[in-house]
Amino acid sequence: MATLIAPTLPKRNRPKRNRPNGALKPARGIRSPLGGPGINLLYVPALLLFAVFTIYPLLNGIALSFTNWNGYSLERAGVGFDNYVRLFQDDTFRLVLVNTFIYGIGSTIIQQILGLGLALALDRRMRGLNAARAIIYLPVLVSPVVMGTMYYLLFQYNNGAFNDIVTGLGGEKVAWLANADASIAIIVAVNSLQFVGISMIIYLAGLQSIPQMYYEASTVDGASPVQQFRYISLPLLQPAFATSIVLNLIGGLKLFDVIQVLTGGGPGYATNSVSTLIGVAYFDNQSAGYASGMGVVLFLIIVVFTLALNTLLNRRRLEQQ
Amino acid sequence: MTVIAPRPPVVAGSEGDNSRHGETDAPGRAGRGPSRWLIGAGLLVIVFLQLLPFYVALTTALKERTDLSSQWVFPIADIFFGNFATAIESGNILRAIGNSVIVTVVSTVLVCVLGALAGYPLARRRSVLNTGVSLLNIGLIMIPPLSILVPLYTLLNQMGAVNTYWGVILVMVTAQLPLAIFLYTAFMRSLPISVEEAATMDGASRLQILFRVVFPMLKPVTATVVILTGVAVWNEFALSGYILTAPEMQTIAPAIASFFSVQSNNLPAAAAASLMAVLPVLVAYLFLQKFFIKGLVTGAEK
Repeated sequence: MATLIAPTLPKRNRPKRNRPNGALKPARGIRSPLGGPGINLLYVPALLLFAVFTIYPLLNGIALSFTNWNGYSLERAGVGFDNYVRLFQDDTFRLVLVNTFIYGIGSTIIQQILGLGLALALDRRMRGLNAARAIIYLPVLVSPVVMGTMYYLLFQYNNGAFNDIVTGLGGEKVAWLANADASIAIIVAVNSLQFVGISMIIYLAGLQSIPQMYYEASTVDGASPVQQFRYISLPLLQPAFATSIVLNLIGGLKLFDVIQVLTGGGPGYATNSVSTLIGVAYFDNQSAGYASGMGVVLFLIIVVFTLALNTLLNRRRLEQQ
Repeated sequence: MTVIAPRPPVVAGSEGDNSRHGETDAPGRAGRGPSRWLIGAGLLVIVFLQLLPFYVALTTALKERTDLSSQWVFPIADIFFGNFATAIESGNILRAIGNSVIVTVVSTVLVCVLGALAGYPLARRRSVLNTGVSLLNIGLIMIPPLSILVPLYTLLNQMGAVNTYWGVILVMVTAQLPLAIFLYTAFMRSLPISVEEAATMDGASRLQILFRVVFPMLKPVTATVVILTGVAVWNEFALSGYILTAPEMQTIAPAIASFFSVQSNNLPAAAAASLMAVLPVLVAYLFLQKFFIKGLVTGAEK
């Protein structure tokens, strides 16, 4: 709430700050370096864009979710909460909801473990480690569509690199992407590996902001490396944890591109996330009202997770101070 | 940002036992003995996994479709470039790269200009209204793009913006602008106001102050915004995949996706197309690595 009180302070200060210049400014017709509220006009273009392309669609989407609109006809009728009732009775949607949480939470867990591990391994002076950092980070910059296409090659049935290993070890070829469970695991793994560089860099920055003398002092006191990690690194990495977890979780919950390329949501609907299913419901099934309802649910999921995590992680940070 | 600061090279000949070499290493961070080898092996596995998709795409793209040798084998003796020709001819990949350049450059310029303009009053003029605008702006960062797919597509359709540059550019700008405004506002708050006050005393007008005094100071944050926006727009697929369906209008990500789904029986060509899509990003990354990592981390940590 501090942010709501703060704005009054500069206002009170402003006359004080400007008084010494008072003699000059009225002559120029300017009250302060910024002048009057007219300066706010500078954010009007941005607000117009938000109003037209985000806020209006958001509100209109909520309105559409209470109709049976098919997406193109001029007619639509209000159906109350029918779409939402249908959503939660729809087995496909329930499955897809579970998938969405698996993508979000699974990726977040893998990325934290791997990202922190990599940061710990790379946080020292050694030849070749700069190159390792650069390589691990590289996929972050590549379009997930392209990464998905490349990984598809690896998981091909005939002649795929992974099936080569399986047959080389004397096994039978595996139809990786025809199996729903395997596909979900592959999607989580591909997404985690692609963006692990972000977690790694956040944790590296966190580790390097910890003063070296803490480690030196604790070594003198006879602390083991494990104890140092537990009682120095971990608590002081709290802000890095918060940033990385929120970022990865939101990224995973709205996962779209990799699924679209690797499995197209299949087999059947088995690997869809809410994001990919919205397009299917809208364009393929012509249920725009129903798809709007899914959009509202997706929006609420992200809002609830973000707010809950921010509250939780900030409270933990406060407790430790 | 010390993460990517160049490190002095380790003295040659010390690889055998350099666990004690880096005196600055925290004892808690560096393993010793067997655990050291384990960490090294783990690192190698991850580096290998990160390179593997690129390597396999390369070996696949450089072989003829009828070549059924293992993906692991690099075709040293007979490199075949026909797949790149197929990707260019039937996949429209060069046209798609051109479209991506247009959309990315225009969107990025607009995001920087509109973001810097909007950030200025939010940084310098504190009022209840402006606090509200800032909070709204942060809230907008959260909205998942596909949650508004139906109403947004409907709107674009009514405006005649589907399959147009301006339609996709306006959507990209709107999606990237909240983060840019946030970064510009935070940066401008950290600038001393005394410079602007001095300029006022020298008789500069409000707009002169903005364009001649404030904007030139924004280079560091602009570098961050350019990289964040540029990478995001270049790679964007979730919305542009639906907005750009006509082959001659598609940017690179939708083009790859549709080429891939049409040519799923011609994977070497899909691999070639993917590599061509990666190349511009790869070249930029090689030359501007420091800016890239720094920019993306700044964006992430805010």
